[in-house]
Amino acid sequence: MRFFEYESRQIVKAAGIPVSAHGFARTPEEARKIAEEIAAPVVIKSQVLTGGRMKAGGVRFADTPDEAAKEAEFVLGLEINGHMPRGVLVDSKVAVKQEFYAGVVWDGTRKLPVMLFSDMGGIDIEEVAETHPDRVGRGHFSNLMEVSDYEAKQVIASIGVTGSALTRATPILARLARLFVRHDMTLAEINPLAMLEDGRFVAVDAHMDMENEARGRQQTLLKALGVGDEETRQAREATPFELAGEEVDSQDHRGVAGNVTEFDGNLGLVIGAGGGSLTLFDAVRAHGGDPANYCEIGGNPSVSKACGLAKLVLQKPGVEKIAVMMSIVSNTRVDIVARGVIKACLELGYDPAEKIAIFRIPGAWEDEGFKILAKYGVEYCDRSVSMHEAARRAVEKIQGVAA
Amino acid sequence: MSILIDETTTFIVQGITGREAVNLTRECLDYGAGAKIVGGVTPGRKGREVHGVPVFDTVAQAVEHHGSPIDGSVVTVPPAFTKDAVLEAIENGIKLVVIVTERIPRRDVAVMVEFASYHDARIIGPNCLGIIVPDVIKMGGIGGPAKDAAKAYTPGSVGVISRSGGMTTEMSSTLTAAGLGQSTAVSIGGDAIIGSSYAELMGLFEADEQTEAIVIYTEPGGRMEAELARWVRENDSRLPIVAFMAGRFMDEMPGMSFGHAGTIVEGKADTAAEKIARLAEAGIVVAEEISQIPDIVKSRIAERSAV
Repeated sequence: MRFFEYESRQIVKAAGIPVSAHGFARTPEEARKIAEEIAAPVVIKSQVLTGGRMKAGGVRFADTPDEAAKEAEFVLGLEINGHMPRGVLVDSKVAVKQEFYAGVVWDGTRKLPVMLFSDMGGIDIEEVAETHPDRVGRGHFSNLMEVSDYEAKQVIASIGVTGSALTRATPILARLARLFVRHDMTLAEINPLAMLEDGRFVAVDAHMDMENEARGRQQTLLKALGVGDEETRQAREATPFELAGEEVDSQDHRGVAGNVTEFDGNLGLVIGAGGGSLTLFDAVRAHGGDPANYCEIGGNPSVSKACGLAKLVLQKPGVEKIAVMMSIVSNTRVDIVARGVIKACLELGYDPAEKIAIFRIPGAWEDEGFKILAKYGVEYCDRSVSMHEAARRAVEKIQGVAA
Repeated sequence: MSILIDETTTFIVQGITGREAVNLTRECLDYGAGAKIVGGVTPGRKGREVHGVPVFDTVAQAVEHHGSPIDGSVVTVPPAFTKDAVLEAIENGIKLVVIVTERIPRRDVAVMVEFASYHDARIIGPNCLGIIVPDVIKMGGIGGPAKDAAKAYTPGSVGVISRSGGMTTEMSSTLTAAGLGQSTAVSIGGDAIIGSSYAELMGLFEADEQTEAIVIYTEPGGRMEAELARWVRENDSRLPIVAFMAGRFMDEMPGMSFGHAGTIVEGKADTAAEKIARLAEAGIVVAEEISQIPDIVKSRIAERSAV
């Protein structure tokens, strides 16, 4: 999950890293007050969970509290990439001598966290790495011992930074590395990390991403920031259809029948499991099909859950038929899914033989499942029919309908 | 032969009294020659039995009861306790840990993997179904109940490595139907950080005389394919590799960006299209459909033996 800049700044500050004087405002009036307290020219920055706010005009400058209020009013009403800001950050405009970059990320190949440091801050670090690779210092550090300051020092010194810049930046990078580990971050970066005219370093912007799986054990941090469980912070807001899918999945704890994503096609998909769903979705599209949704079934869900998911998909506007397909199952029971989808059709007043374009789930309890499907005249197939072939048959049927 | 496990492999199940673990234990005992599950561990449940397997409070007790070192452990405890369980296993001399548990924060995985590396231990998973040597032994839920696993997996010469547990079985079943058996199939898990990647298993398959080709299942995300491509180039592998890539549609999905600093550490290659290109450059054939895999494998094996 991604944090807003004003939250990231709090996290950084709590870790002992100096930040420029700032405040978070939800109204122009609050922005004015913060500007009054800072009593110097300020920068008004839109608080959105998307990039490109500078380009979009979401960063403005103000010399007086009145101007700050006026600019805040503008920024608060400015939509950026489809996101309305949560508020504005009122930041003191600091006299910067040089901009640096400090970051920590995971290296999934080496399975270690890595510190990054550059004396070319203020721009995208990817760009610096491409154009000036010698200006980006890197250093992996162990998962088993707390990172030591000398490790940060080595990274910074490796790009030729010395003098007081080295000694002042060292504890900042080391603290950033420690907070990265302590708070289960997947990305922690300060960009720019500004060196002021007097030689002090302050974080002028910060960006933090935390691993979703760690939300449970990071409750203290999330509470301190006022982030509730209901805030998913997904890249895209869930649609009502997707929320209904979550509801189906949470009705009991047996297995999974959810992870629904909405698309706008006419072929409803009741598919699984994880890798199977990805494969089947590709297969439907490869054969010219137009999926109405993505979803995942797995872990042996109950009949009522499978039924709930099938009903949701069947009732989606524009859905003409559904395809019920999975890779070979060994835990999920074929007969249970079969019962669920047939029940869904019947309860909605549909003929399962007509509404279910194809049923391709081979594996555990398949004989029992196929018996039920045969009784209702639903076309089904076993493992001798490939996932792609099943998808092709489903698409063919629905195109017959459309023609 | 096989890699990682064979008929002599002994292992324990940590979290053995959980519902899924009880099923998994039954499946492994029933499959092939019958797995040598020499104990289970659930704190506070010492003295019980699960399908005849004695339950202990600690791994040390299980080792003591067995009287000699135990080869492996299948870890099925909840995510908050997994790291502790894995460290306990490794500390007590276990060299192969299969982690079934899902939703473990990657920091914990990284700690376990680094700890394992200092003890010459190997981790498979997390979020995986384990390892199967057809008709011999399975370690984990892979393939399901013994009779279902027997339907999908047959002994042979193809090594299978898959980021999806279910697709391991689907692909193996497709190979089986075409007369191609498997030497060993490994479900490695699909998380951002895992114990053993494709490249980290390749050396074992390379050294296994029975294995003549490798089939992998892959998805968008991570850098494991690039690592594999590099391994193939650097090691002049004797094994032809055929890959299947699912989730190609994700390239067109909004919000599906892996950008930022992560890419500069490991390089940019997260989309399905880029992965396919990278694999192809290393001579790895990427099949469009799973049903094409057996023919490609057969022709690649024939090409190699003709050289």
